[in-house]
Amino acid sequence: MLSHKTIISTLLSILLFLPVFAQADNLMPTVPKAKAKANPETLCVRDVKVMRTNHMEFLMHQRDETMRKGIRTKKDSLAECITCHVSKDDEGKFASYGDDEHFCSSCHNYAAVKIDCFDCHNDKPTAASKTGSTVK
Amino acid sequence: MTQPVNTNETKTDLYRRQFLGKTAAAAGFALAPGMLLTEIAHAKPADEAVSTKNRWGLLINTNKCASGCTACVTACQVENGWGEINKSEELSRASQKAVWIRKVKLKDKQTGHVQSLPLLCQHCEKPPCVDVCPTGASFKREDGIVLVDKHICIGCRYCMMACPYKARSFIHETIKNQKVHAPRGKGTVESCTMCAHRVDNDGIPACVEACNAEGHQAMYFGDLKDSNSVISKELAKNGGQQLRADLDLNTGVRYQGIK
Ligand code: SF4
Ligand code: SF4
Repeated sequence: MLSHKTIISTLLSILLFLPVFAQADNLMPTVPKAKAKANPETLCVRDVKVMRTNHMEFLMHQRDETMRKGIRTKKDSLAECITCHVSKDDEGKFASYGDDEHFCSSCHNYAAVKIDCFDCHNDKPTAASKTGSTVK
Repeated sequence: MTQPVNTNETKTDLYRRQFLGKTAAAAGFALAPGMLLTEIAHAKPADEAVSTKNRWGLLINTNKCASGCTACVTACQVENGWGEINKSEELSRASQKAVWIRKVKLKDKQTGHVQSLPLLCQHCEKPPCVDVCPTGASFKREDGIVLVDKHICIGCRYCMMACPYKARSFIHETIKNQKVHAPRGKGTVESCTMCAHRVDNDGIPACVEACNAEGHQAMYFGDLKDSNSVISKELAKNGGQQLRADLDLNTGVRYQGIK
């Protein structure tokens, strides 16, 4: 049985939060712009809409290809995403994953999607390895 | 201690992909096959998977390895962002911190003879770490490089217990500023990757490069399946022993000069 108190407080909280819900449509995340357009037509490496909905599938596929088979193509490489999408702020510093200014978290914070990519991967662009001389 | 390496296929069916194919395995000596392999190491296109055509290995000459020199260790740290290079493991005790490659001093108590050698993951053909891993995170690539897939590793550390060479480390703390090609993170196990990111790019491991740069030339890297590679020729001519050869792991890292 619900007590009167519970019902009243539930109603009250709904009323309190209603304006926020009503505004939600206008509160889209501000996603930082990429440094370059990978492809003039699709803008990103694929159509932006496809990337928004399916980037995790591409990344997961590439993850296994690289880890298990040593396939190091750039198209779906996480490092390439980071290089192009994580930009510097006014002070010349890269945002960290978790900040609203970081490309990935700008949207993930909004959508409340928790990922663990950056527990191991660097969340900022870094200089790539100098490859050694030719195999002996 | 130099005993021939048997590729005993009946012993284990764990390795679905045979090391050299039936003919070479029947020939018995796994390190100097050549007969099946006509293709010589060349730059692998980025979209091509690694294959059993190659087996990458290292040959370390302890006579050339200078005691007190740690160029290989430092180079590995710089390349892969561990140890002194990455200060993230500040709370871990020295014994808990990651070590991918270490310099070991061997002293014969009888004679007093001292020698020094780098010890790292031996990239076993039959890796005990892979045998015991409950998740499939520890695995051997087709080209013989043994890795940890940290996406899958649950940090149980069975592999660390199973490895006879103390080659693996567990990460106890949040890691920051990783190298882009060497992701590292809390709760997972890691070890030498034989610089797979360089090898896939036709490069050589950072340790070997550093040893050469120091002028010691104590390490060779190359394809053990290519009979024309420097490493294969050197092994065929002068041999190279496995550490703990009695375990029959057919290690990809071989040593010369251990007395
Ligand atoms: S040396 Fe240890 S970590 Fe490396 S492959 Fe062998 S058992 Fe695994
Ligand atoms: S710590 Fe990770 S790699 Fe090692 S055995 Fe456990 S799951 Fe496998």
